[in-house]
Parts: sequence; structure tokens; C-alpha cells
Amino acid sequence: MAEYSAFSLLKNALNGNQDWKPAWRKPDPKASYDVIVIGGGGHGLSTAYYLAKEHGITNVAVLEKGWLGSGNVGRNTTAVRSNYLLPQNTRFYEHSMKLWENLSHDLNYNVMFSQRGCLNLAHTPAQLDDYARRGNAMRHLGVDAELMSVKEIKRLVPALDVSGSARFPILGGLMQPRAGTARHDAVAWGYARGADRRGVDIIENCEVTGFLRDGDRITGVTTTRGDIRAKKVALAVAGSTGQVMQLAGISHMPIESHVLQAFVSESLKPIIGTVLTFGMGHFYISQSDKGGLVYGGDLDGYNSYAQRGSLPVVDEVMSEMLALFPGLARVRMLRSWGGLCDMTMDGSPIITTGPLPGMYLNCGWCYGGFKATPASGWCFAWTIAKDEPHEFNAPFTLDRFYRGLIIDDKGQGATPRLH
Amino acid sequence: MSPRRTETGGRIDRLRTIRFTFDGARYTGHAGDTLASALLANGVTLFGRSFKYHRPRGLLAAGVEEPNALVTVLRGEVREPNIPATMVEIYDGLVAVSQNRSPSLAWDIGALNQLGGKLLSAGFYYKTFMGPVIGPLKGTRFWMFCEHFIRRAAGLGRAGTAPDTSRYERMNAFCDVLVVGSGPAGLMAAKAAADQGARVILAELEAKFGGSANWSGETIDGASAADWAARIVGQLEGNDNVRLLPRTTVWGYYDGNTLAALERVTDHKEVPAKGEPRQRYWAIRAKTVVLATGSFERPLVFPGNDRPGVMLAHAAERYANEYGVLPGERIALFTNNDSAYRSAVTLKKAGAAVVAIVDVRSDVSNEMSRLASQAEAELLAGHAVVATEGGKAQTGLNVRRFELMSGALSGDERSIHADCLLMSGGWSPTIHLASQAGARAIWNPARQAFLPPQPTQRWIGAGAFTGSFSTAEAIAEGRAAGIQAAGGSASSAPLPVVEAVPGEPDPAPVFEIKAKGKSFVDFQHDVTAEDVRLAHREGFVSVEHLKRYTTLGMATDQGKNSNVPGLAIMAEALGKPIPEVGTTRFRPPYTAVSIGSLAAERFGDLKPDRLTPMHDWHIDNGATMFAAGLWYRPMIYGLAGETVEQAYVREAAATRESAGIVDVSTLGKIAVQGPDAAEFLDRVYTNMFSTLTVGKARYGLMLREDGLAFDDGTTWRLGEQDFLMTTTTANAGKVMQHLEYFLDVIWPELKVTVTSVTDEWAGAAIGGPKARAILAACVKGTAVDNAALPFMGIVHGEIAGVPVMICRLSFSGEMAFEVYSGAGYGMRVWEALIEAGKPFGLVAYGLEALGTMRIEKGHVTGAEIDGRTTARDLHLDWMLSKKKPFIGSAMMDREGLIAPDRLELVGLIALDNRALDGGGHIVEELDAENPHDSIGHITACCYSPALGKYIALALVKGGKGRHGTRAFVSDPLRNRFGPVEIVSNHFYDPDGSRMHG
Amino acid sequence: MLITCPYCGPRDVIEFTYQGDGNRERPQPASQDLDAWNAYVYDRLNPAGDHNEIWQHSGGCRAHLRVVRNTLTHEILSTAFARGGHKSAGHKAGGHQ
Repeated sequence: MAEYSAFSLLKNALNGNQDWKPAWRKPDPKASYDVIVIGGGGHGLSTAYYLAKEHGITNVAVLEKGWLGSGNVGRNTTAVRSNYLLPQNTRFYEHSMKLWENLSHDLNYNVMFSQRGCLNLAHTPAQLDDYARRGNAMRHLGVDAELMSVKEIKRLVPALDVSGSARFPILGGLMQPRAGTARHDAVAWGYARGADRRGVDIIENCEVTGFLRDGDRITGVTTTRGDIRAKKVALAVAGSTGQVMQLAGISHMPIESHVLQAFVSESLKPIIGTVLTFGMGHFYISQSDKGGLVYGGDLDGYNSYAQRGSLPVVDEVMSEMLALFPGLARVRMLRSWGGLCDMTMDGSPIITTGPLPGMYLNCGWCYGGFKATPASGWCFAWTIAKDEPHEFNAPFTLDRFYRGLIIDDKGQGATPRLH
Repeated sequence: MSPRRTETGGRIDRLRTIRFTFDGARYTGHAGDTLASALLANGVTLFGRSFKYHRPRGLLAAGVEEPNALVTVLRGEVREPNIPATMVEIYDGLVAVSQNRSPSLAWDIGALNQLGGKLLSAGFYYKTFMGPVIGPLKGTRFWMFCEHFIRRAAGLGRAGTAPDTSRYERMNAFCDVLVVGSGPAGLMAAKAAADQGARVILAELEAKFGGSANWSGETIDGASAADWAARIVGQLEGNDNVRLLPRTTVWGYYDGNTLAALERVTDHKEVPAKGEPRQRYWAIRAKTVVLATGSFERPLVFPGNDRPGVMLAHAAERYANEYGVLPGERIALFTNNDSAYRSAVTLKKAGAAVVAIVDVRSDVSNEMSRLASQAEAELLAGHAVVATEGGKAQTGLNVRRFELMSGALSGDERSIHADCLLMSGGWSPTIHLASQAGARAIWNPARQAFLPPQPTQRWIGAGAFTGSFSTAEAIAEGRAAGIQAAGGSASSAPLPVVEAVPGEPDPAPVFEIKAKGKSFVDFQHDVTAEDVRLAHREGFVSVEHLKRYTTLGMATDQGKNSNVPGLAIMAEALGKPIPEVGTTRFRPPYTAVSIGSLAAERFGDLKPDRLTPMHDWHIDNGATMFAAGLWYRPMIYGLAGETVEQAYVREAAATRESAGIVDVSTLGKIAVQGPDAAEFLDRVYTNMFSTLTVGKARYGLMLREDGLAFDDGTTWRLGEQDFLMTTTTANAGKVMQHLEYFLDVIWPELKVTVTSVTDEWAGAAIGGPKARAILAACVKGTAVDNAALPFMGIVHGEIAGVPVMICRLSFSGEMAFEVYSGAGYGMRVWEALIEAGKPFGLVAYGLEALGTMRIEKGHVTGAEIDGRTTARDLHLDWMLSKKKPFIGSAMMDREGLIAPDRLELVGLIALDNRALDGGGHIVEELDAENPHDSIGHITACCYSPALGKYIALALVKGGKGRHGTRAFVSDPLRNRFGPVEIVSNHFYDPDGSRMHG
Repeated sequence: MLITCPYCGPRDVIEFTYQGDGNRERPQPASQDLDAWNAYVYDRLNPAGDHNEIWQHSGGCRAHLRVVRNTLTHEILSTAFARGGHKSAGHKAGGHQ
């Protein structure tokens, strides 16, 4: 019988809930592993899970400097979508989407993936054409996409201002019906439990302080809980990539760490049923199962590790929200927070072997990391196990920038804050 | 007389009666009442329903931290959900309704959730609802089916969709000292700083200044504390240096000592006065901040602690002393510290019977015993409450002997008849703003509280905020902080004298009484002590895991009541001291902030409108306008009954037949001037500009540093050192920043200045076979013939008495001219041109016709220069000079940028003679059912009147090699499929004979 | 965040545009050293701590500034005109800006 089910819930309830086991063990680190994954966030945990599940590699440790899932997997706006323009991205994120669609079963953990759709609003004819280009690109790769008329949009989200008198009237939108939201923390916990039950050691409060080397080759790490050796060391540390690479003697990367704020309103009865983006600024919103409106906007726009946002961005995001929903002026913002985004020079991620022998690198998620969690771990595990990329992550090399093989979905060039 | 209103006392105006409704029932209260105090005075005990179990709930608190009594305030159709009744000041005609209940507050079907009991423990969602692995409900379907009902059951209040017609305002303020909180500490700080001559802002989140002075019942300098506070406020009011902000919550502490505050200007009024906004958002830049934000009393965790009638002790004091309302007739108290004894005395004085004081400590000081006698209360030292009785109102409670060190209960249960139980679990300083400012709080074991960290920004703490809970300390610290903040030196003048009941500040370290029954830690979210222990059992032991797994601290009070008790229970389960479990970092806002206030003036007015000088003419002449960035531009000048296509086809055809005129004022215009201007342009553009002669223009292309195409436009050499650069409308700002960056950072040695002159010039492009004749008819001071004005030549002249600059260049492919004049005279010149054109059949055309003619010519715009294409992709490699380096030249030949399968610009002709759509894709093999293998996409399309065909520009893999071949448009989104021929992008007049004339 | 523009005085961050890592060296225009160009265009120092950055006072005098700023605390340590390329010298902004 599955560890978690309606039946087990009932059985445990009758027993006063005294018999539940820890979701993951709290082991001490062993002296050596086949693979060390640095970073106990969504990507690190899913990497460990798929190493064990898909490749039978279970002698694995995930090292987390703080508490598990303390990075962006627990600080995002929970949207899951694969509505990209460029085929390299679409293929990868669609693979992720397919993993999402079966994730709760796979993990025996309800990650609450709800395919409530993601609608990108268009406000000019040119933008509508851009979305058509994107939607058609998706359709030619077998991904779902539809154009929606204003009337259909109004029916879907009655609270939207679709009047022609809006400053940026809504002319239509691009809908991906299979997109949606998931319960972000549950993703980290579900992967952690799944990996743990397959023998992976998840070690919290264990900060990597340096690398063990044999010449160029990485042979392990030094940590606040002692030295740990490993045949392969994989980095999945998102916003801290620059810091950890520096420990390996690599001072420069095609990455900047930026802060992105997100916001949640007080709990409300259902009013927005889909994920929605505004086309004349940078704004996205959905409503959580608890009823909070979860929304965000642009990066603050400068390098930061502070996980603290600035006030002008708050004002900007709220203004854009009310441009779409003038009825929500009296709704109240309950909480804001900042996440670290590892912004690359083209807005697309890096999943690759190297750059040093014995090292594997997963980073550059900009602010698209949450939806990538399953495919990122899946592809990274493949890359670690086979020492070569899967075709889904083959384009996401580190040297693509230098070779001009950039994957720039927004066409902004090497200005990370604009991706 | 209301059943619970005291005979006398309180800071309300008993002569003013106010009428309001709650859940449709009519009530009265007095000026100065909150909705909570007024309803309490009317004998209401049931205020709300909890989030998960829909348990009946009464008032827990009297201030912002209230978690239970949330209401929706209605103003007509406009709804304001989730407001604590404790923060709603009543006004005549106030309409408030309860939330999260169906059909009514008293009878709520959702209360059936309680039957789920232990099944609905923390984290149960994660363990079920996955549904079947196969069959029609596999994948996410079963969860989404369940989620539908869960979502409807969840949520608190209902938001409205009717647009809020209120106005919101933003103020930027600067001061030497911002004092947050106006209790005795804050008042003293403000007074002391003001006396030093500092510019002071004093912000108080409540309607009345004074904080605890309004209800402590203490005496300061011989007057009641409330009168003393009023006197200080009076003195501050008379001071020009001081700005007093009541009803103003400082909710955010941002970088650079910038604080964000929300002033509720008219929420307490039936009708705002003329010009008054609903709320005002203050961004305050303070040299120094005094944090005098006080503290919160903590609930105790014991079975039945959520029953309506169980309240925080100080809240009852407040209701009695500030509002003249008794929360019960027979009151019991339950405490782990001395402060509840003062509450007991206060309530006794106000007329309640205080039946018992239950104190977990067996050693109670003589002074406290005396206070208990004074309250005529039975003192049950070494006891604890183990249960409460009653349904929607409390009827009694049960107590047992309690051993402080072990937490063990012993002896028989004794039942006490009481309709109200006041609890005090110690006090937590309100350190939210200090935490937001950037540092971690420090646990103080004596106070059993997190105290503020060392400042990381420029703030000074005072009073209960620092853990100094007595009024005398608050006054001393407040004055010292005010003086220090204002840069003064310490004062030895005597301090105001406080007479207060005695009491030690340190509580016994008891947070929970472990007895049978549900003991609530987070009231709103129904998180029980058992839930915390379940989280521990399952390994969710870090404070963040606890929070996220159980939702403890995530309710609208954001843990103001629950954080410390929850942490203490987890610490006990772990066998660790509290600080090792940690505390969460507080993040903005301190209390929830309306989204309207944050948008402020931008609510309803998101972005500025940019209008060209000829805007009104376009409107008057039937133009359909549309947004292009911030600009508004004419799309078509449609005639009655015309479709968009008919209109642009008519406009384009007329232009090619006779002449057309279009407003090009939105083009970016940058003056590039100085001795090194030509050199600079050689570096910026891919082609040469130093060879351009004065009085001529040249088309130029810019790349980004990474070698991709950036922007194009013409640049005119007006003098040896004077160029006028034009950019695309969309990229004007970006190009300007690009130029400035290179001049300022990379090549500071170049003597060049760049100035944005987009808004200084109005531009009209006039083209077509008759264009020259029209110009000749209205231009004075210059000839416009081929000799005087050859292709790409520039002349100066006059139209309608206005100096103009005319450049002969063409985007439409016709013989065409751009006429620039000072923006203020744009309309005059435009009208003169229109007038002069009348005999020649001149038409005004919009962007659709402009687009049509540029597609026919195969010119590129932003749809093709989309940040992903190179000069070669767009067949602009002829513009890449080999004689000089330019920005992007070193990077443009990298392998990925010259790969043979890149998308290249081509022309398309629809072979089925049907319209094409922008964003349609191109395939070699048509498969409408299962579209695949796109080789490119349409960037722009139109019906070409010149060709009589539907045509398009497209970016297609290996495009040039496909000229003359057939492919298909594949547009599943719009169900448009059909054959096309791939051709050169130069559809029309490829050798340019028409524009060269 | 307040940035002290040497020309305009202390101004809110909203007036400024971030132009990134100020340590990057642009190769000579005619350089054909592709590695150097790639490093200049794509590689960044990304320290958790003091960072030498370029900002433009785009909502003010439009000068580019060289700003030393702590990326952990957002404290501004110094600001100076970027023109002239004095990388570390400059106007002391003073205190916690």
C-alpha cells in the first residue's frame, strides 16, 4: 500500500496521528558518495530523485546549507507552463510539463498541480501577432496553445477590465490550457521524501565551504560538517552559483544574481481561476487554493543577494495589477518577499557537464526555475549518470554564449535584468 | 443602554450615537467606538468563523492583531474584505458583514469540517487526493475535481468586481526624525526631538494618539495617562516642525531609511470631504527613525482557548477603559505573568465581577496577591485552565493544579462559572520593522521574547519595543531616543512621574497547557498544538518548515499572535532552546496594505500618454488610433463602412497613385554633436558616416555588442559637427542609453554630446508621384527639385511661415520627403501640407498603409529586428563596413550567428489568394491535424494593392536558398493553412526607380 | 535605496538604471581576440558583498556613475562619475545610504 493515501490518513487519524514517519531522514554525512548534489532546493532534490529512480544511482547525498527548500522553490509564484517561443525552451519545458502531469502519483505526494491554464494578455495588434507566433511555434511542437478573444477572456476572468477605455485595452490573449500552478513547498518535500525513500541522504544545515581537488578534477567538497568525497559533484544552487563557483576558483560566470519580489494578498473567495499575465508591463497573477492572490512583476534590476526588495517595484506591480483589475483596489497585500534569481545572458538555463572535470552544473534559471523543477532534475540526473546531456538539455551549454548559440526568448541580448 | 456598556468612563463620546448594521442587523454605538467595541457593547459574542474548521470565534484582541473578527465593509457595490472589526471605526451608515460562513454566522455548514477532526490534521492535503493512476481521473483530474470544492470552501472574504471609485494619493516626505508609535515612549520621543528643533513626523496606526496611555489607567504627572497623552499631543500640534499622522500604519522599512506608511484618511467617514483621498501612501525618508511600536500580548495555548469569550487580558482592559465596554459580567483570568493582575483590577473598577485569577506560577508575589484581593478575585496560584465550556458564547472553564517545572496537571478539575476568560501569555515586542530593516531578532530568556536586533539602518528603539514594558521606562527611553535622534545631548531634566500598579516584566516560561482537547496556536488558520507536534514527528522542524507545513503564522495576522507559542511548542518537542529553532524574518508589510493605496495616482492612470503635435487632427479626421508603446498613432483613417483592409488599401494605393502623408513625429530623434561626432557615428553604425557630406542623410544600421542587429534609421549631417540621428519609435530610449553609455563609460575621450530631441521636432513624411509638386506648392525659401534636393539630400525652407527642414528619403518606396518643424508648429505645417496637397489628391495614411508599403518594399522594422536576427539574416550585410571596427563587429561572425540554418528574411505570396496573418508559421509539408517542423514564421503581412496579392515578410530557415520554391502557411491557432511562394523580400520596384525619380 | 549622484545629490533608486558589472574591460575596438570580447560581453563578477557597478542617473542628469555597493546589505559605499574611469576613487556617500 502506498505510504500516503486516503486509507492511511484514516488509519493514522484513528491512531491520533502518532505513527507518521518523518518525511525524510536526518542522516549524518558519510565519508564518500557516488554523487554529491550541492543544493537542497527543488532542482537539487529532483536531481537526486531521478538519479535514484531513473539511473539506479542511490549512493547520493544532497547537501543543503540551510533548511530544505529554502531557496526559490519556496519563494516563487508557483506557475507551471511551457509556453515558450524558441523550440529549445519549448521542448525542455514541455518535457517538464509531462512530468508535472504525473508528479503526484510518481512521488505519492500531492503537489497539487492544477492545470488551470495560463493566459498571456495582448494589448496591441503587434503583440497579438507575437503571441500567435509563439502559440503556433508551440503547436508545431505538439504543445497546446489557443488564441482567446476578448469575449472568451471576459467569460474566463470576469473581474478583468476588458473595456476599450482601459489605458491598454485587452485585444486578446494566448492561452495554454495545460499550464497551471502547483503547491511549491510540496514539490520540494515530495522530491525529498521520494529520494530519501530510495536511499538518498538529504543533509540539511551542511554548507559547502570548498572543493576537494585532484589537479583540475573535483573529488569532493569540504563542508561545515566535514569533508565529503564523491566521484561526481553536481551544483544546483541557483542564485548562489557565483559564490559556489568561486570556491572552485571560477570567478566569472555568464550570470548575475538579482532579486525578484513576489506578493500575496489576504485570502479571498475564488475570483481569478487561471494564471494571467499583463502584456504592457511585467505582471503575472494567480490565486492559490487558500485564496490568496499570488502575484509579481519585474526584477528590482540590480545585483543583490539580500532577498529584500525595493519600494518602487512594489508600487509598479500594484499599479499594473489594478490596470487589469480595477475592482481589487480594496484588496490588501498581506506579504511580500524576495527571491534570488540567477539571471543568464540570454534568459535560458544551463545544464551541463563541467566546466571542471568531476563537476556538473545546473543553474541560470532566471525566474523560470519552479516550472522547470521536474525536467531540470530529470535532465541533470541523465547528464550526471551518462556524462553527456540528454537531447532536451543539449542546447543549454555554458559555452553557447561564446559560440553565438544563444537561446534568447525575449531578444534582449546580454542584459540579464531585461530577461 | 447597551447590555455591556459601562455607566461611565471610556474615551468615547456618549452624546453622539452612531447607527450601523452588521450582517443586516441594526446596531448603535458611540463616536470613538470601533466596530468591535460597539458590537461587544451590544452583547455580540460571535464575530467570525475560522478558516479551516469554521469554528465560531469571538474577539481575541482589540487592535491590529485581531485574527478572528474579520469583516467585509461595504460601500455600495464596492467591497473591502478581511478587515479586523477592531480596526473599523464606526460611522453613520456603516455596513459590515461577516465572512466565510454559509448560510449565516450562527449556522455555518462549513462547521461540519470539525467532524473531520484528526483526518484534517496538518499536511493532510499532501497525503491524499492524488486519485487513480489510470482511468478517466488519472493525472491531475481527480485533484482538480477535489480542488474545485476545496477552493470554494477556502478563502475568507469575497472581493468585489465593481471598480473602486475612490482616489488614492501618494506623498513623499522627508524628516529628521520619524517616530513610529505614539504610546508614552513615542510621544516622549517626538516631543524631545521636536524640542531640539528637528523636523518630526509622528505616525500612529490607531485613530487616537497615546497608545497604552489611552487605556492603562495609569497616572502621569498627576493626570490620567490618557489626559497626559492628549496634552503632549496638543503641544506637538502647535509645533511647526511636527507632522502628526493618525490612522497611519508604517508598514515597510526599506533600504536607505525609506519607510512606507499608509494613512487611512477617510475610511472612518461616511462621506469624504471635498478633495480628500480615501487613503494616502507615504514614502518617508527619515534621517533617523524612533521605533516605539510597543508589544503584543501573547495568548496561552490550552484546550478551548478559541471559544468566544476567551480574550487577551489587555484587550479587555482596553475595551473597558478606552471604550467603556465590559467583555463579560463574570470574568476569570489566566496568566503566566504579572500584567494580568492590572487587568483584573481595571475590570473590577469598571464594574465586572472578577471571579478568579488562575496563575501557572505557584509563587505569586505579595504585591500581586494584593492586587487580586483588590479585584476581589480568588487567586488560584499554581493552577491552569484545562478546558472552557459553552458554544457560541462561553459559560465556564475548568482548572487543575499545575506544576510549573514539569507542566504536569494534578488533582481534580474544578469548574468555574464565567462568561469571559482573559489570558496573558507574556508579551512580544513589536519588532517587525526592525526585522524588515535587515537583521535577526535576539531571544531574551528572561523576557521570554525576541528583542530587536542591533540596528542595520539608522533607527533607535524605545519602550516596550525594546522589552522595557513599564511606562516609566518607556518615558525615559522615549525621551532619550528623541534627543539622540535629533542629535542633541542627553537631558538631566526631571522626567514625568508615573503612578502605576506594580508588576515584574518577566513571565513564567509556560506557553501551553497539555490537556485533552483542541488547543489553538494559530486561531484563524486552526493550527493546534497537536499539529505542531505532528510537524515535528514528520521532520518539519525548522521554523520555516513548521510554518509552511502547518500554515502557522500565514494568516492575516501573520503570526502576531502565534509565532512565539508555536516556536515554543516546537522547541519543547525538539528538546532545544527556542533560539535554536529560530524565528522567521518579518517581511513587509507590517499589516496588510490596500493595493489601491500602493498604486496611488497610478490607479486608473497607469502610464502617461504620448501624443504627437498632430494628434487632434488625426482624431478630427476619423483616425482609428492605437497604442505603440506610450504613443498613440493613427492606424487608418477609415471612411464610413470601410473595413480596415479596405481603408489601408485605399490609402496605400492613393499614395502610390498620387501622394500620401503620414505623421512620423514618434520616430526617435537624437542630436549627435561635437568635433568627434562623425568618428563616434562610425563606431556606432555598421556603415560609414564620416564620409557623409553636410546636407545629406544616410541610412544606418546599429548592432549590439554581441553582434546582433539592434536598430536602424537615417542620420542627417546638418553641419560638420552636427548630426541628427533618427531611430525606430520603439527603440528611441534604448538607443539613447546605448549612445550615452559608450560616450560616458567606454569612450570618454570622444568630444561628443548626444541630446534626445524626439519631442522637439514634429515630422511629416509625404510621398508619392505628386509629393514633390505638393512641396513645391507650399515650401518657400528653397527649391525642391532634383538638383536642389537629390535623393538623401536635405534643404531648409519655410512652410506657412514656419522654418522647416526637409530630407528626401523614402520608406514607402515612392519619391518621398520628411518634413520636420518645431513641435509647436507641427500642426500648422501639417495643415499647410494637407491644404497644398488637396489639388493633387493627397491622402493622410496610417500605420497600416505605412506597413503595407514597407512590406511591398521589403524594408525591415522591429518585427524583423527582434533582438534575435543578424544583419546577414536581414540581407543587410552590404551595410557592414570592412574598413573599420564598429560596435558588434568583433562578435558578429561567431559560429552560431552565421550558421546556414538561421532564419532569413524572405517574401511570401499567398497562392490561394487569402489573407495571411502575422505569427503564422511556414512548413514544407502541410499537416493541419498535427502541425510539425516549422521552418519559420510570418513577421508582417498585408494585401498589396501594388501587386494585387496577399503578401508577407517572413523569417524562414535558409530563406534565400528557397526563393522561387513553394511552402505552406501553417497557422493552427487561426486555422489558416495554404500554399505560399517564397520570394525575395523586395516585392515592389526592386531597383528603386520610383523613389530615385 | 538612495544613490548619491555627485551632480544631483541623493536620489531614489527609481531614478537610476543599472548598467551592471563595472569591472569589465572592453577590448580595443579593432581587437580580434574573441575570448576577450566574449569575456567582456558575457562574463560577470557577481560578488555577495561589495560590488563595483555602473549606474546611469537616467531620471536625472543622465551621467553614468561608478557605484560601490554591497549586494548583501544594499549599502552604498561610494559613488563617482564613471567618466574618466577612476574605478575606486570617488565621492563618499557616507553612512547607510
